[in-house]
Amino acid sequence: MKLTTLLNSARVAVLSVIFMMSFNSSATEEQTQFSDPVQKELYIDLVKELRCPKCQNQNIADSNAVVAKDMRAKTKELVESGQTKEQVIDYMVARYGQFAHYQPPLNMATAMLWLLPILFITFAVFLLIKRSRAGAIETSNVIDSSNAQTLDKELDALLAKSSQRQKNQSEGEN
Amino acid sequence: MIPELGNFALYIAFTLSLLLSIFPAIGLRQNNIRLTSLAPNLSVGIFLFTLFAFGCLVYAFLTDDFTVLNVAQNSNSDLPYYYKIAASFGSHEGSFLLWLVMQSGWMFAVALLSKALPSDMRTRILMVLGWICVGFYAYIIIASNPFETTLPFYPVDGKDLNPLLQDIGMIIHPPLLYMGYVGLSVSFAFAIAALLSGNLDSTWAKWSRPWTAAAWAFLTLGITIGSWWAYSELGWGGWWFWDPVENASFMPWLIATALLHSLAVSEKRNAFKSWTVFLAIAAFSLSLLGTFLVRSGVIVSVHAFASDPSRGVFILILLALVIGGSLLLYSVRAGAIKSVGKFSTLSRESMLWGNNVLLVAATLVVLLGTLLPLVHKEIGLGTISIGEPFFNQMFVYLIVPFALLLGVAPLIRWKQDKIKSLYVPALICLLLSIGLSFSWLFLEFGEVKFFAFLGVVLGLWITLFTIHEMRITWRKLAKLPISHVAMVCGHIGLAFVIAGIGLTSQYSVERDVKMFTGDTADLAGYNFKFDSLKKVDGPNYEGWAAVISINKQQRNVETVYAEKRFYPVQRTTMTEAAIDDGFFRDIYVSLGEQLPDRSWGLRLYVKPYVRWLWIGGIVIALGGFITLFDKRYRRNKRMS
Repeated sequence: MKLTTLLNSARVAVLSVIFMMSFNSSATEEQTQFSDPVQKELYIDLVKELRCPKCQNQNIADSNAVVAKDMRAKTKELVESGQTKEQVIDYMVARYGQFAHYQPPLNMATAMLWLLPILFITFAVFLLIKRSRAGAIETSNVIDSSNAQTLDKELDALLAKSSQRQKNQSEGEN
Repeated sequence: MIPELGNFALYIAFTLSLLLSIFPAIGLRQNNIRLTSLAPNLSVGIFLFTLFAFGCLVYAFLTDDFTVLNVAQNSNSDLPYYYKIAASFGSHEGSFLLWLVMQSGWMFAVALLSKALPSDMRTRILMVLGWICVGFYAYIIIASNPFETTLPFYPVDGKDLNPLLQDIGMIIHPPLLYMGYVGLSVSFAFAIAALLSGNLDSTWAKWSRPWTAAAWAFLTLGITIGSWWAYSELGWGGWWFWDPVENASFMPWLIATALLHSLAVSEKRNAFKSWTVFLAIAAFSLSLLGTFLVRSGVIVSVHAFASDPSRGVFILILLALVIGGSLLLYSVRAGAIKSVGKFSTLSRESMLWGNNVLLVAATLVVLLGTLLPLVHKEIGLGTISIGEPFFNQMFVYLIVPFALLLGVAPLIRWKQDKIKSLYVPALICLLLSIGLSFSWLFLEFGEVKFFAFLGVVLGLWITLFTIHEMRITWRKLAKLPISHVAMVCGHIGLAFVIAGIGLTSQYSVERDVKMFTGDTADLAGYNFKFDSLKKVDGPNYEGWAAVISINKQQRNVETVYAEKRFYPVQRTTMTEAAIDDGFFRDIYVSLGEQLPDRSWGLRLYVKPYVRWLWIGGIVIALGGFITLFDKRYRRNKRMS
């Protein structure tokens, strides 16, 4: 991309704030119309979280299947009648099964979705503390930071020297 | 004739891999140099014959040889030549042959570039790769032969390639992804060879690092391009859906990322050694598991282009052998591995341990989320779906500590460090990133949304710390070593991805409108005008394009063509979205159906910073490739 277009889009991006508000001013009709913008947002959230039961793996927002269209229409109807997100989801789950919602329910089997990662992290942190404690006891020769820099320098010098030596050696071999 | 030759070449390659899996083993046992030195030659042979077989398949596609079942089912004489080439790996059988080309290609590379390794180590590595090959070649010959014929009753024309796959992204995405998947078999072979030899000092980690980095970089690129392909081709502007197939590629990536970091600890500090071996085994096992999930059809996915349940059993057996065998070996040998490197709780080692733990936890989340629906159904609890809400929530929890640690970690010394030295830079970085993020979001979007704010803060935190750390290193060494540049790339790339995800997921706006020609619609300051409808036919489809001119403050930004294509052979309709891309935002228009009143449904999107995802992904991958230029790996090879 050219620099000018880059700068242009930067300027445009900043200016766009002002225009963000002028959403509904155009004459063109929405395919799904809502009088209340809050309901519209809820609708958009919902159609992304609900799964089309007949498709391979698509939410009802992206699917063109008949059942997805029906579900979208029903979602719109329920949202407009003032139902909350939970109520709409409950309705859809009651009708199409738990399969229709992308968030799994919490039960004995699904609990491990959350438990196993947490257990693993806890165990790993425990292991780290144990391991590093064991290490710390034996390494009692603590280096404080003022020393560390001079030591670093000495180490660098040594490394440089040894790599020089190795280079000479390999040249000698050749 | 040519396809038969290809078929024959596959049999030869299978035979050679049998030899490769047996002779070096005998040679190592009897100390017979003549037998062990066969290994590199056999590897080269396997590669050449596989490449030849693949060439034959491509030839069959290019010449419309419909006597080959694979060609008849996945190509058509009207298909443009570049899609004919892509079609050669668009089907299950063809894609597996491509997989084998990659597998033997990696083996070929190992045979060529590993001359500096101790000869018994080199032989063992190639032998382990030979074992893997035996399984794969047996599979392709028995269960998924791409050269199966339609003779004697062959069709006049082919059934055509799935239109979804007719896209440039499809041409480059699978080869890259396979390079990554299969490349992990090299890391696996190094680990197994080290276990077999019992010689588990830190040298194997050093040898394994560039190979792992290369495989990982390909995998990163493959996933990135795949995400971009889904975005531009599936027609609804999504770039990640937590689909099982996406998850299948993400799991090996997460583990390979962990492996890359733990290899550094094993090499430099002689710690985490048995853990590193375990990760190497896990990474390859997960890439096999992914293959099984994708190809067996046990999971429902939009990506299931090439699945067949009967083949699942074969891959499952292969999977069981690889995982079972390597874990058995691991359990026998890993006890002998002594990690001698000592470190305190605040040290680079601990930080990298944190990296590993969070990445493995993330893998667990993805693995459980992908497999649990299957189990849930099988044990009679009914069908459930696990998707975006679950994964997004879990990944937010994981990414926060991950990014915070990532920023700090490069500043912390190996072995031990003092927390005091971190207070000042941490405070400055935190305040700066919070302040900058807040003002950025407020100025650009007028409101600060929490998850976008979080993403940008984390991205800036990583960036600021990386810059700070670079300055320190620069001052100390007067230059940045190549491996350091690679690390910086990886981290900055991730910062872009995190910020991009936050921004685009929170500030993307869309409208679903019906328009007649001549109508206009406004969205996020852009004015979309539906100018006209044009007929645009391609070589193998009929298409209509909505010509949309996008204006901003009366000035034309771009005129785009949102297409609808009908592929008569497959009788499917495809949406070809129109995208005006930019560093700061994408404008995305997709043409829907014609409505009863002759107007058209159109979806308009403005997606800020969506491109940062793929830019970030490419920068991360670049980091992996840069590692390969590290002189350390080459010089050490020459010396040993």
